Amino acid sequence: MIKYFFKRLLQIVPTFIGITLISFFILHLAPGKPTDIMGELNPRMTPEARIQLQKQWGLDKPIIVQYGVWLKNLARLDFGDSLSTDRRPVWDKIKERLPITISINIISMFIIFLVAIPIGIYSAQHQYSLPDKLITVFVFIGFATPAFWLALLLMLFFGVYLNWLPISGLQSLGYEHLSVLGKITDRARHLILPVFISAFGGMAGLSRYMRSNMLEVIRQDYITTARAKGLSEGKVIYKHALRNALLPVITILGLSVPALVGGSVIFETIFAIPGMGQLFYMAVMMRDYNLIMGGLVIGSVLTLLGNLLADISYALADPRIRTR
Amino acid sequence: MKYAWQRKFYISRLAILLLFAGFFTACSSPQESEKVLLDENFQPAYGGMLVDGTTAEPSNLIPMLASDSASHGVSGLIFNGLVKYDTDLTLMGDLAESWQISDDNLTITFHLKKGVKWQDGVEFTAEDIMFGYQTIINEKTPSAYKEDYLQVKKAEVLDKYTFRVTYVKPFAPALSSWGSLVVLPKHILEGKDITKTSFSRRPTGTGPFKLKEWVTGQKITLEANPDYFEGRPYLDKYIYRIIPDSATMFMELKAGSIDLMGLAPVQYKRQTNSRYFNNNFRKFRYPAFAYTYMGFNLRHPWFKDKRIRQAIAYAIDKEEVIKGVLFGLGVVSTGPYVPGTWPYNPEVKKYEYNPEKAKALLKSVGWRDDDGDGILEKQGKKFEFTILTNMGNSSRLKTATLIQHRLKAVGISVKIRVLEWSTFINEFIDKRKFEAVILGWSIGLDPDQYDIWHSKKTGEKELNFVGFKNKEVDKLLEAGRRTFNIEERKKYYYRLQEILAEELPYVFLYVGDSLPIVSARFKGIKPEPIGISYNIEKWFVPKQLRKYTISRE
Repeated sequence: MIKYFFKRLLQIVPTFIGITLISFFILHLAPGKPTDIMGELNPRMTPEARIQLQKQWGLDKPIIVQYGVWLKNLARLDFGDSLSTDRRPVWDKIKERLPITISINIISMFIIFLVAIPIGIYSAQHQYSLPDKLITVFVFIGFATPAFWLALLLMLFFGVYLNWLPISGLQSLGYEHLSVLGKITDRARHLILPVFISAFGGMAGLSRYMRSNMLEVIRQDYITTARAKGLSEGKVIYKHALRNALLPVITILGLSVPALVGGSVIFETIFAIPGMGQLFYMAVMMRDYNLIMGGLVIGSVLTLLGNLLADISYALADPRIRTR
Repeated sequence: MKYAWQRKFYISRLAILLLFAGFFTACSSPQESEKVLLDENFQPAYGGMLVDGTTAEPSNLIPMLASDSASHGVSGLIFNGLVKYDTDLTLMGDLAESWQISDDNLTITFHLKKGVKWQDGVEFTAEDIMFGYQTIINEKTPSAYKEDYLQVKKAEVLDKYTFRVTYVKPFAPALSSWGSLVVLPKHILEGKDITKTSFSRRPTGTGPFKLKEWVTGQKITLEANPDYFEGRPYLDKYIYRIIPDSATMFMELKAGSIDLMGLAPVQYKRQTNSRYFNNNFRKFRYPAFAYTYMGFNLRHPWFKDKRIRQAIAYAIDKEEVIKGVLFGLGVVSTGPYVPGTWPYNPEVKKYEYNPEKAKALLKSVGWRDDDGDGILEKQGKKFEFTILTNMGNSSRLKTATLIQHRLKAVGISVKIRVLEWSTFINEFIDKRKFEAVILGWSIGLDPDQYDIWHSKKTGEKELNFVGFKNKEVDKLLEAGRRTFNIEERKKYYYRLQEILAEELPYVFLYVGDSLPIVSARFKGIKPEPIGISYNIEKWFVPKQLRKYTISRE
């Protein structure tokens, strides 16, 4: 087991370097440079000033040299400075947005699991019954509804007409004057719509997944055996079937780790939430290489660790894998 | 079968929601003290705050380092320049009391106002201007605005309140360049790396508002500068809320969470005419300082001939474009200046929609439809070309579509290609790989257009990318830079517009309107050609209309 763990851990290093190398080169292949936003079609920018700027940002060197410099800085955990006009360290820019995105994602993921798993189990248990069919319909609607459209409708309904919930943002004006309880309530009220919208789509997927897992397990011989032993239906389902049906969910959890830091551009834009999605979208549009690479590094490290985590917990949970 | 049932369910769900929407619109016109709100005869009072919606977050509040309008919008409230534009678009003193221009037009001497203080209490002097000037010409400063300052031969501080610059050649745009780009507090920034200082997010200026708080991605709070040299602004606070999506912003406006935003034409025309809006908001409309055009690649064999360019201009119905794209909220553009401003020449050749004339012109150059497919040919080649435009600007795309339709009618087949900005500029504009483009220029308040039309500016990365070369235009552009006399400059720029209208390197399409909407609580707003926000320090909320009680601390 420990040998397996270290082998997997070692494999991560070359994979990671490969990822950064390929992304770095592809990024620089895209037409345009970070200096474009300042300089293009700007009457007051002289060609000399443009060249000077590129030199200052090290963009005049060959790509391989630029990659070397970047990797060297990364080894010291330095992501470099953002190549936009604010020139702030990349890590600072990520740091101030990371908690927002992570907390929204954790809350919505928690809700997804909390709601989707019971729904999945129920549907599997009562396959083809009316409630199951209703749930199926509901789930497909959830799949098919464009999130931005639903978000706008809910904002219009709850924010403008009923005036119950704030429309966008993370806190009200005058937030700093509220009591602690008031602050918490204010935050929570701002999160209701965004969390609902981000959970809505995910719920649909996971509940279907849970349903089919459960259906598969219920048909297994050992479930028949359990029933034949005369166990109660509840015990059969929750003690014997559920545990096995939950195994693939562990994989999903592991694979969701990188998604925790990823934000959706559309969703963040509509709700005016300063999260990671917007940050990286703007970085891509402005060719802010350092910031994009910073995001890619975080994303790829988490993906690799998430995979590792999933494999290991799988091994822990499922004896069949451990003994192999 | 299952599918059909689902769809029905889906539709009825939608219908219910729409019904709800209708129901709530019907009963949502609040009976606020309407008459009081619309009354304009209030005495100014201190206090209150204004919440402004902005789609983009500023990047850097040091004016010379920022190149986005969001940054300049915020820093404009914090900083002053030596000069600024008056409501009639002539220059007036801001931090400068007065200035003299030498007879040879080479030297400008600024006399500064006395007793102006930086927001930290230190006095503002000529040394600060000198520092700003030296910073912007420093090669380590990544400023996009260097060009104007590199023309300066010598800058001197004569005494605490006198600053003099001498130019190599007379340079008319020089005067306006001494705006807020080069006024920086020496006592704070001296010896610091300007690209690395926290000043870019916590600036100290001399202006009516000072920065209090900046919450990334959410809001920027400015508060009144009690020692502002023109008098403390009436408003206590000016808050920018960053709301990237304009539909969301419009809902926030409707819900009363923001007080000011720029409307899209459709919102202005169709969505803000209810009683609720009429009673609670004031809408404004004036030409924006920008125009949209279709530019030809003048190196292309077809577009070399000005008769073809003119034919295309006759074939485009500009009024239709304004009606269709801007909901009528704009005017036809006839040259590179905004109608109603002093350099604008109203008497140039105009190309009213006339497809017959367009066809005749094309025929006279030898284009005719021989094979009867509706597309003109000449020497076996069909008249087909592609219009390029950038992604993310739907009005340009709509304009292109209308042009495509109209040109088809005279026998020209047009394709439209939409490109992401960086790709567009680097791969097509810079490499001159285009036939026609639809783009816009924002118009500076100084009429100098040397960079866009001079034949020397056709090189790589330069702005005369259409390749326009005209000896007379070159002379006019040079002469226009050499004098500060408005009447004389007017003559040059009038003639420039006549030539551009005849030669048509661009088909000038339209000047759209700025469409701000402001909550009716705010009084003291006086719209002028320059806009509405020029007198922001005079805006106020009458006591009885005040909404936020927490704004005073």
